[in-house]
Amino acid sequence: MLIQKKNDIPSSQITNEKLYLHRKEFIKNVSLATLGIVSGILSPKNLFSQDKNSWKPTNPSSYNTTEELNSYKDITTYNNFYEFGTDKSDPAENAKNFKIKPWSVSIEGAVKKPATYTLEDIIKGQTMEDRIYRLRCVEGWSMVIPWLGFPLANLIKKVEPTSKAKYVEFITLNDSSQMPGQKRPYLNWPYTEGLRMDEAMHPLTILATGLYGKILPNQNGAPLRLVVPWKYGFKSCKSIVKIRFVENEPKTSWNLANSDEYGFYSNVNPEVDHPRWSQARERRIGEFFKRKTLMFNGYADQVASLYSGMDLKKNF
Amino acid sequence: MTLSKSQLIKRIFKPTVFFLSLVPFLILCWNFFNDTLSANPLDDITDETGTWTLRFLLITLSITPLRKIFHWHNLINFRKMFGLFAFFYGTLHFITYIWFDKFFEWQEILTDISKRPFITIGFASFVLMIPLAVTSFQKMIRLLKKKWQILHRLIYIITIGGVVHYWWLVKSDIQRPLMYAILLTVLLGYRIVIFFISQKKV
Repeated sequence: MLIQKKNDIPSSQITNEKLYLHRKEFIKNVSLATLGIVSGILSPKNLFSQDKNSWKPTNPSSYNTTEELNSYKDITTYNNFYEFGTDKSDPAENAKNFKIKPWSVSIEGAVKKPATYTLEDIIKGQTMEDRIYRLRCVEGWSMVIPWLGFPLANLIKKVEPTSKAKYVEFITLNDSSQMPGQKRPYLNWPYTEGLRMDEAMHPLTILATGLYGKILPNQNGAPLRLVVPWKYGFKSCKSIVKIRFVENEPKTSWNLANSDEYGFYSNVNPEVDHPRWSQARERRIGEFFKRKTLMFNGYADQVASLYSGMDLKKNF
Repeated sequence: MTLSKSQLIKRIFKPTVFFLSLVPFLILCWNFFNDTLSANPLDDITDETGTWTLRFLLITLSITPLRKIFHWHNLINFRKMFGLFAFFYGTLHFITYIWFDKFFEWQEILTDISKRPFITIGFASFVLMIPLAVTSFQKMIRLLKKKWQILHRLIYIITIGGVVHYWWLVKSDIQRPLMYAILLTVLLGYRIVIFFISQKKV
């Protein structure tokens, strides 16, 4: 007996003729895309190297270095941000749900316009620049990072410091419910950093809100961080909630933790060793051999005059 | 075919433990060649090999207490292997330092060893491991007799040196070195207690 099935394919299942005719092209595209994803997964660095090679600053600064950039991946997965843990991978892991909206910054102390400003107020009217800077960590590694930000001096001028303002103090958010690292007292929380007024006013000193032209990732100090490229990285305070203008040199977190090792100035200096290791060389992330560390991280022409006559061994 | 206990140890357990001890090394190689270490892979290798040196030293030191407390006498069959793995990871750690960190700049290495206490103590601990590794074979045990035991007590000093080396190199968070220090204190404390009990009996 022959059982013949009736034609029961619903019309919705019938391939559109146009698609059918282009099926070879479709298959080709899908396979190319799959190949791309698979090879991207197999060699994760390639997935991100696109940023590095094709990204161009939209509003470059004359201070920019022409050195090769570190990849977005390197910059956002290898972080020292002890509020989120002490391993380099911790910040990317633990800052995922960090709340940066709403955000406000309290400006206090010796200024004519002290107030709590919203982040929007802080940024309003500022021209964002792509600042490609070297970053040298006190631990002996370095990166080249395309920050997006504006000169701190522009903000300082707006709030009108009085003659008593000799130093600027920066304070990171203190919220152990969001920042698990703050549950343990390996540093004095909240994280506090400081600059001398002339350092804060220097055109190289910026407040960053982004990198690679995009919004700053949480693990890099979102939504607002300091960048002082001639000093060791830890001076560049992250996730800032308070900026205080003061008369005396502020007590900074790392200095309080170990005053023999981390001075107030902490300028990058190959001639002044960390008591436990040499600062003469650094490993640029992505390179095999170490390179020589430059005086003031290569910004000597711009900043050396700030310290003329100072004994940099004493004022490390 | 049934295996006797000693055959079982020799043919099954020893190769298994040997392979397991190599796993950290294999994982490190895998991650290195697949680019799944951090952005600073050379530092990761230094950190990992250093950590595993310390772990194998502590594993080696825990053999005697475990044997005595739980009467697991067969554990003695593994002590030499664990000790040699400590030396294996220690050697890798030392090589990463002179190669990836110093690029065979001997002058710099000498300066480091003489000037930086955490390197001095780490280097000393590594050097002290060499005579232990060299004399770890049955022949040497028979040859040196009582002296062998005394020589191999150097592991106490080596491990203390290793923990201090770790403690002195961290920037501010001492949680992990503290954990190793506590474990070491327990393992050495056990021996001190046993020593005084045996003295009293005499």
